[in-house]
Amino acid sequence: MLDAKIPQGSLSEKWTKYKGSVKLVNPANKRKLEIIVVGTGLAGSSAAASLGEMGYKVKAFCFQDSPRRAHSIAAQGGINAAKNYQNDGDSTYRLFYDTIKGGDYRAREANVHRLAEVSTNIIDQCVAQGVPFAREYGGLLSNRSFGGTQVQRTFYAAGQTGQQLLIGAYQALERQVALGTVEMFARHEMVELVIIDGKARGIIARNLVTGELERHFGHAVLLCTGGYGNVFYLSTNAMGSNVTAAWKVHRKGAYFANPCFTQIHPTCIPVSGDHQSKLTLMSESLRNDGRIWVPAKQSDNRAPNEIPEEERDYYLERRYPAFGNLVPRDVASRAAKERCDAGYGVGTSKQAVYLDYAAAIQRYGKAEESKRNLGSVSSETITALGKEVVKEKYGNLFDMYEKITGENPYEVPMRIYPAVHYTMGGLWVDYELKTTIDGLYALGEANFSDHGANRLGASALMQGLADGYFVIPYTLGNYLAEEIRTNNIPTDHPAFVEAEKNASERINKLISIKGKQTVESFHKRLGKIIWDKCGMARSAEGLKQAIEEVRALKKEFWSDVRIPGGINEMNPELDKAGRVADFIELGELMCLDALERNESCGGHFREEYQTPDGEALRDDENYMYVAAWEMKEENWQLHKESLNYEIVKPSQRSYK
Amino acid sequence: MQHYSMNLKLKVWRQRNANEQGHFETYDVENVSSEMSFLEMIDVLNEQLISKGGEPIAFDHDCREGICGMCSMVIDGRPHGPWKGTTTCQLHMRAFKDGDMITVEPFRANAFPVIKDLMVSRSAFDRIIQAGGYISVNTGNAVDGNALPIEKDKADDAFAAAACIGCGACVAACKNASAMLFVSAKVSHLALLPQGEPERKQRVVNMIAQMDKEGFGSCTNTYACEAECPKEISVLNIARLNREYLDATLSAD
Ligand SMILES: Cc1cc2nc3c(=O)[nH]c(=O)nc-3n(C[C@H](O)[C@H](O)[C@H](O)COP(=O)(O)OP(=O)(O)OC[C@H]3O[C@@H](n4cnc5c(N)ncnc54)[C@H](O)[C@@H]3O)c2cc1C
Ligand code: SF4
Ligand code: FES
Repeated sequence: MLDAKIPQGSLSEKWTKYKGSVKLVNPANKRKLEIIVVGTGLAGSSAAASLGEMGYKVKAFCFQDSPRRAHSIAAQGGINAAKNYQNDGDSTYRLFYDTIKGGDYRAREANVHRLAEVSTNIIDQCVAQGVPFAREYGGLLSNRSFGGTQVQRTFYAAGQTGQQLLIGAYQALERQVALGTVEMFARHEMVELVIIDGKARGIIARNLVTGELERHFGHAVLLCTGGYGNVFYLSTNAMGSNVTAAWKVHRKGAYFANPCFTQIHPTCIPVSGDHQSKLTLMSESLRNDGRIWVPAKQSDNRAPNEIPEEERDYYLERRYPAFGNLVPRDVASRAAKERCDAGYGVGTSKQAVYLDYAAAIQRYGKAEESKRNLGSVSSETITALGKEVVKEKYGNLFDMYEKITGENPYEVPMRIYPAVHYTMGGLWVDYELKTTIDGLYALGEANFSDHGANRLGASALMQGLADGYFVIPYTLGNYLAEEIRTNNIPTDHPAFVEAEKNASERINKLISIKGKQTVESFHKRLGKIIWDKCGMARSAEGLKQAIEEVRALKKEFWSDVRIPGGINEMNPELDKAGRVADFIELGELMCLDALERNESCGGHFREEYQTPDGEALRDDENYMYVAAWEMKEENWQLHKESLNYEIVKPSQRSYK
Repeated sequence: MQHYSMNLKLKVWRQRNANEQGHFETYDVENVSSEMSFLEMIDVLNEQLISKGGEPIAFDHDCREGICGMCSMVIDGRPHGPWKGTTTCQLHMRAFKDGDMITVEPFRANAFPVIKDLMVSRSAFDRIIQAGGYISVNTGNAVDGNALPIEKDKADDAFAAAACIGCGACVAACKNASAMLFVSAKVSHLALLPQGEPERKQRVVNMIAQMDKEGFGSCTNTYACEAECPKEISVLNIARLNREYLDATLSAD
């Protein structure tokens, strides 16, 4: 059994006690300690900036041309915090409870409680940095609701919350760059981890402009490299999001936890054709006001506005009256798939459902009529007023929809379908966010720790910033306090030489295959296997087939991929090839993990395990654990961390 | 929405690296669906090039939903192409018709050297932010988020300025390659908020100094920047920047 090193004491005191007794590093020693931060999304930027402020020497890496462009920038809807500004009964405990329940009782209580505790500090920090959150007329911060909760605790900046939070963290980071505490390496990709005497001591990074391999030493290494949703090829992740850094450390001994826990988001713009390169999310916040429906008749080809009210099936409101359109993501996605599979889907592909704003426009229009004391106005005016309100709240999302589809969502309901969005699984970490390799930490979406089998909306931004601003500054000190006598290790140390050699051999091997098929074509094929057999619904039989197919694909890739261009130049195809090669290996592990977990929970839905009305059927007796996989040669060994619920009593999740 | 298919000619800037001379090459792309995005059309072309043993066109992109600011092409003479308030990655092929010839070039400015083909370096923008585009508040130093109410109008204006994605289209659009719109967006965002007040003066002075040092030109007052900005950042921000700068330099003496 794996030990997560959870501090003793009652749940609500663990973090306070930990902070009170953790080892500290004095300022003079901090200046001598070097930390490598790979990734500058919310988790990485906030960590690098905070550690720089504390006086450590930080080196930060990202593959984009600037830290401000990390995938976090694309987050739309919002960030949760238990501020209870709305006085609607929110509290640290309730945020903690909602997250554990939302995760279908597969997350670690102690981590989640800490997350809920620091959530309020995040909002304060961001406001102080100048993050322009939405405000009410009284000048105070505004909140909205998100799925899986009955309180309003989500802070937002129109549909650009991730952008504004990341710009805040990025500016803090750039301030440290100016002060000389952080050195930034953009357009660099980590391709190897360096381990010396059992401890992470550096990385090999590839300069993506020149193709050169560089050696970088650090007393500790932090991976903040995001999630692996692009294993599915089509996802809402940015094109460059990858598993490479996490996979390299996995190959060197870091355990990979719950890889099959992936999140399929219910509201995305449907696939339009084979040319599709990525999918676009329509924020969950749209479910606040939008109503989801399909025609009550199968294969109804009428235009949506011609289908009368009584011939529509608002299936979420029907099946889940208590939460309605705001059920958690896994539930909403499966319900959409169920309707489409049963023949009620809409649009040309029939793989879509409607998200309708007509009712919300009327409701807001009427509210404005009375708010502005207009007396009784025409129905056109009400509609116009309502559209104005909807525009203010969701305008950029509506624009985005129109740009992609060419349809005006103020006039016709949007068509949406579930798409891959987030990965709950990731590198296994203990309470201190340390992986199974000493000195190697994982933060943000790259780790597995807080969301169990399903993440609630607006909780990833919270977790990334919690890890970076408020957790790692304490827990890393506990490790580094023991490292003050370790001098910088010169990068001509044999371990660096060896790691660089490995990286270089692999790159050479890839480019010299000179086969016939493009990297992209392999990625597409991998994505199709994983989506069909390890996506929204899984079965033992399908997973076994998928494993065989992925293995065969791997062989084919390594004998027939064609990579144009050279090594010592900017070569995006080569970068992509390395990432796809890692995704293929991860794909196999995901299927293995899904096959091993003979239950349904959260985003992991095994067709064999469901209740009579089609809900996920957990098996707490046998599967209440984190599956942490260790790579051995080219195979995997399973380790388990058992989950002990001291406070929350697991029950069947009900949103009815 | 009626979908259609088209055949196109693409005239694309090719340049091996910063040191070599670039040139245009022309390609045929067939059966392009009006439902594709512009970058998906380039993907199709690249797949063809690779299959035929050629080298794909290098270009920057990541989010493909108009928010990361990474994509950066000049399409038929316009940064981010023909649609207003739209990044290259959001531009869809229904903007074009069968038989069109489309010219694609990198953003051009001395301060944005070409890396390869359509890719340029915009790290000058990061250095401008380093010069002062932040509020100095260490982690843990903050008061309660609601301690300081901010008028909704001001908060909204700050948000509108903060919507800048740092893409550099404003620079590419300007005949002087001025970065005023970008700098003014950041200065406005922070100057409008009470949290930004303490560093207000030194911020604007330092950011302008860095902007000049990077080799961006001066403002031409032709507002090409606003017209091409995918986030429709208003030139009113430039007026505010000028006022802020004047205030700061006058009172500094
Ligand atoms: C469209 C969309 C909308 C979302 N909306 C919300 C929302 O409203 N609320 C919410 O809470 N969550 C949301 N999420 C989820 C959330 O945005 C992410 O989970 C979160 O931002 C991840 O942050 P991160 O810092 O862990 O990683 P990322 O932001 O993905 O950053 C990863 C970093 O690692 C770097 N990197 C990766 N690999 C390497 C390598 N090998 N070498 C060097 N650098 C590397 C990258 O350059 C990047 O800097 C959304 C996600 C998507 C896709
Ligand atoms: S001001 Fe507009 S054009 Fe200029 S960098 Fe910002 S978003 Fe791009
Ligand atoms: S690729 Fe992100 S804005 Fe275009």
